[in-house]
Amino acid sequence: MAKVLMKGNEAIGAAAIKAGCKFFFGYPITPQSELPEYMAREMPKAGATFLQAESEVAAINMVYGAAGAGARVMTSSSSPGISLKQEGISYIAGAELPCVIVNIIRGGPGLGGIQPAQSDYFQATKGGGHGDYKMVVLAPASVQELTDLMMEGFDIADQYRNPVMIIGDGMLGQMMEPVELREPKKRDLKPKDWATTGTGGRGHTNVINSLFIDPAECEKHNLKLKAKFDEMEKNEKKYEIFNCENPDIIAVAYGTTARIVKTVIDKCKEEGINVGLIRPISLWPFPYEVFEEYADKTKAFLSVEMSMGQMVEDVKLGVNGKKPVHFYGRTGGMVPVPDDIIAEIKNILGGAK
Amino acid sequence: MAKVRGKVTFKEHLCKGCELCTTVCPVDIVKMAKDRINTKGYHPATVDEMEKCIACGNCATICPDTVIQVERLRDND
Amino acid sequence: MAEMVFQRTKGLQDRPFHYCPGCTHGIIHRLVAEALVELDVLDKAIGVAPVGCSVFAYDYFNCDMQEAAHGRAPAVATGIKRVHPDKVVFSYQGDGDLASIGTAEIVHAAMRGEKITTIFVNNAIYGMTGGQMAPTTLVGQKATTSPFGRDKDHAGSPIRISEMLATLDGPAYIERVTVTTPAHVRKAKRAIKKAFQTQIEGKGFTMVEVLSTCPTNWGLTPVEALRWLEENMIPYYPLGVYKAPEEVK
Repeated sequence: MAKVLMKGNEAIGAAAIKAGCKFFFGYPITPQSELPEYMAREMPKAGATFLQAESEVAAINMVYGAAGAGARVMTSSSSPGISLKQEGISYIAGAELPCVIVNIIRGGPGLGGIQPAQSDYFQATKGGGHGDYKMVVLAPASVQELTDLMMEGFDIADQYRNPVMIIGDGMLGQMMEPVELREPKKRDLKPKDWATTGTGGRGHTNVINSLFIDPAECEKHNLKLKAKFDEMEKNEKKYEIFNCENPDIIAVAYGTTARIVKTVIDKCKEEGINVGLIRPISLWPFPYEVFEEYADKTKAFLSVEMSMGQMVEDVKLGVNGKKPVHFYGRTGGMVPVPDDIIAEIKNILGGAK
Repeated sequence: MAKVRGKVTFKEHLCKGCELCTTVCPVDIVKMAKDRINTKGYHPATVDEMEKCIACGNCATICPDTVIQVERLRDND
Repeated sequence: MAEMVFQRTKGLQDRPFHYCPGCTHGIIHRLVAEALVELDVLDKAIGVAPVGCSVFAYDYFNCDMQEAAHGRAPAVATGIKRVHPDKVVFSYQGDGDLASIGTAEIVHAAMRGEKITTIFVNNAIYGMTGGQMAPTTLVGQKATTSPFGRDKDHAGSPIRISEMLATLDGPAYIERVTVTTPAHVRKAKRAIKKAFQTQIEGKGFTMVEVLSTCPTNWGLTPVEALRWLEENMIPYYPLGVYKAPEEVK
């Protein structure tokens, strides 16, 4: 298939349809409204269903119903809307339903701003919704990677019967890049014989539920979920190591921020400073062990984020005290500029020397 | 002309003693059995004068716990 | 030979109800189950259980069920019906679920003419959580969060859901019924069957609002509760058809 120039928000939709997503329930919110609009135009052509819900709350609950009925289904929103979905996400995880949720992050907290941010890291990886649950959270850094991870995301969701979150930001959503929709590697997906499709012929009722009023049963259910999350941790880590042979300092960044860091790396090379990059692609499961391994090869780490410092806590956990971990960030929709990051690196290395 | 006669059966262990059935019987034969209690600790509903039952089904209709089964009997029963 | 006049429907699982003595949930569950069996759609039915006393409805109805978050049942039902338009999808909700936290969801499902059937159990109070005021609690009625009686100036007047939804074009059939006498119960069953039948015919959103009792939280015996309902709730929530399928073009 030839590459096509696609805008991020629309590429999400194209990838979802290609992956066999048959239902989209969503609500307009900047900066992702182009996605529901694209789905409204394109899904009917593909024999799929787009429905604009009355709120993000309603949308995530429509996703719950459709997923419980056995369908491949997704929703999308941006930060404040994702906050509204947290109850639904907890229920989806508790009832073991598959779905894909896209968050095109904007400045927060509260109404915040509409420009890009990465300040929903905690919300995505440390809960967000109530209770003990995890989701695979994937953070692409290009429109191509966005489509790859979208398509794989549906399979991951089906394999583990769990929600999957794809994180983007306003830059990724708006930028246009060449894209080739490609099939992810095949996974062994079981038939959805647990879905509510009407009992006719089946001989027993199927129930989709997350209520376990007996505490012993509730604990047992949590242990069952934990076993799944452990499997995800084992199998679903994704990350990129870039320029990490003999780095003076290792930058840690994800999404579009990682692309800015790559520019920093090029510019620093000209000045004889060797900057490496560890780019987590799965924010959960986080590749902690990679940091422990690379801590021996560098003087310090610098987490660069479009937030007040969220992923840096996981970097610290991974580095485990072996080397200093610093943070540089811009937030509220402000995007870090390479020169400011370079100044920060020089500051850190100046002190370290 | 033959009179309609009925037979009601009570699953006494399901009865919660709410007494709704006692208020809807047109021949006023549904009573709470004061001489016994069921496993839940309630006096279950019962009928002592079965020969008066007309199989209207009112008691079963109002019962929230499907305690009551109603049958209509033919003349020779 | 005896002829069976009334026996427990196979639309209900063989499991005793956990409801309080005299609670009308038991009657209403049975009517829904009987309706599904008599319309021969039990094996095509998918129900959505609420949060409230009837949260365990998924243990009672003998069909596929999904448990929803509080108030969200109409949205969940929407998801199910859009995936399986040929199945009979219903939500079963109390007054906290439908008229308080879930008001947006029911209004919009009704607005869209979502081909689902909602059974709305209105007992003017919050049962499961111990008797708090509901949006349907009557002015002057005492509840644990309106201990001096609902004050109209402070908390407003109760909401009439059937009338409100009937102003929309999406609903094809809305009727308010009760279950305080055998005659009312039989009428309620006809309404519930009609609601499902109207769904099967693809005419739009259908709802049956069932005025119900909560003896425990009203502080009345089950028999007294039926009479209290008749004297106090029916005047404020008149029984009758608010949207008829015959009106739908």
